[in-house]
Amino acid sequence: MSRQSNRTTDSKKMNSELFTLTYGALVTQLCKDYENDEEVNKQLDKMGYNIGVRLIEDFLARSTIGRCQDFRETADVIAKVAFKMYLGITPSVTNWSPAGDEFSLILENNPLADFVELPDNHNTLIYSNLLCGVLRGALEMVQMAVDVKFAQDTLRGDNVTEIRMKFIKRIEENLPAGEE
Amino acid sequence: MADESLFEFLHMEMVSHVFTEQQSSKGEMDNKDRAVCISVLEAMGFRVGQGLIERLTKDSPSFKDELDIMKFVCKDFWTKVFRRQVDNLRTNHQGTYVLQDNKFSLLTQLSNGKQYLDQAAKYLAFSCGVVRGALSNLGLESVVTAEVAVMPSCKFQVVIQKL
Repeated sequence: MSRQSNRTTDSKKMNSELFTLTYGALVTQLCKDYENDEEVNKQLDKMGYNIGVRLIEDFLARSTIGRCQDFRETADVIAKVAFKMYLGITPSVTNWSPAGDEFSLILENNPLADFVELPDNHNTLIYSNLLCGVLRGALEMVQMAVDVKFAQDTLRGDNVTEIRMKFIKRIEENLPAGEE
Repeated sequence: MADESLFEFLHMEMVSHVFTEQQSSKGEMDNKDRAVCISVLEAMGFRVGQGLIERLTKDSPSFKDELDIMKFVCKDFWTKVFRRQVDNLRTNHQGTYVLQDNKFSLLTQLSNGKQYLDQAAKYLAFSCGVVRGALSNLGLESVVTAEVAVMPSCKFQVVIQKL
């Protein structure tokens, strides 16, 4: 019986490890395939984008969150609902720009980078760049064009991991010619 | 902790990426290219399997014999990685095992019959590697292949290599 309960808590942790280890294998493979870190960063962003455009459907189906009224609400949903649902962490939303179009997500710990150390010859690698692509892709599907970057990264010596998100514009839905 | 669907999305994208990369250099994909992609995915799975089995077994006692290890893979390991147990384990008691999973988690989203059967191999390569990596760290060198007759049921064939 105690083994049973061990298993449920363990299985959630194991899923995290499966994901973390798989992500690590992916980054390693990309580093082998591409000569420089810039290219790996780009590929991670692209892959993240492809995941994001699908993930948003999964998110909307499972979370019953309605349309966000403004960017602040979007930020809260991303931090408190999405990150919690998919990665089990709740980053804090801070550093709002005066215009209210830019904010930071501060992650105390980054599940993607568990057990990871960057070797010396890869210090321009943005290991978790997949996350930027995911956020960008997901938000594009809900009509928001955003720019997402890592401002700080614990893997590169900073104290926290900080993702900076900037609202660029609202994407107008393009109806095919002849409709409406 | 990380959601199950995240792994599935990541896996789908990895398969897509590996195959697109191989294809972009030429127009068509021939069998050799396909084999390269499959082995890249399998190698990634191998590293992951090695890591996972270490995490899973670090506190457990050592296994009695080969069959004990295979049963562990079918029950505990499969549950942790694929969220269910293997439905059927067969062996010839001479180093060959067939693990049958009738609802393999990485195939359930593809189809429920014969559709996309030809694509299934791409989505099994990584998992074959995971199994091979796990066995490797438990001291068993093996060759792992998978075949699908009807989705989402698949059979993994493990042949233990005797040194």
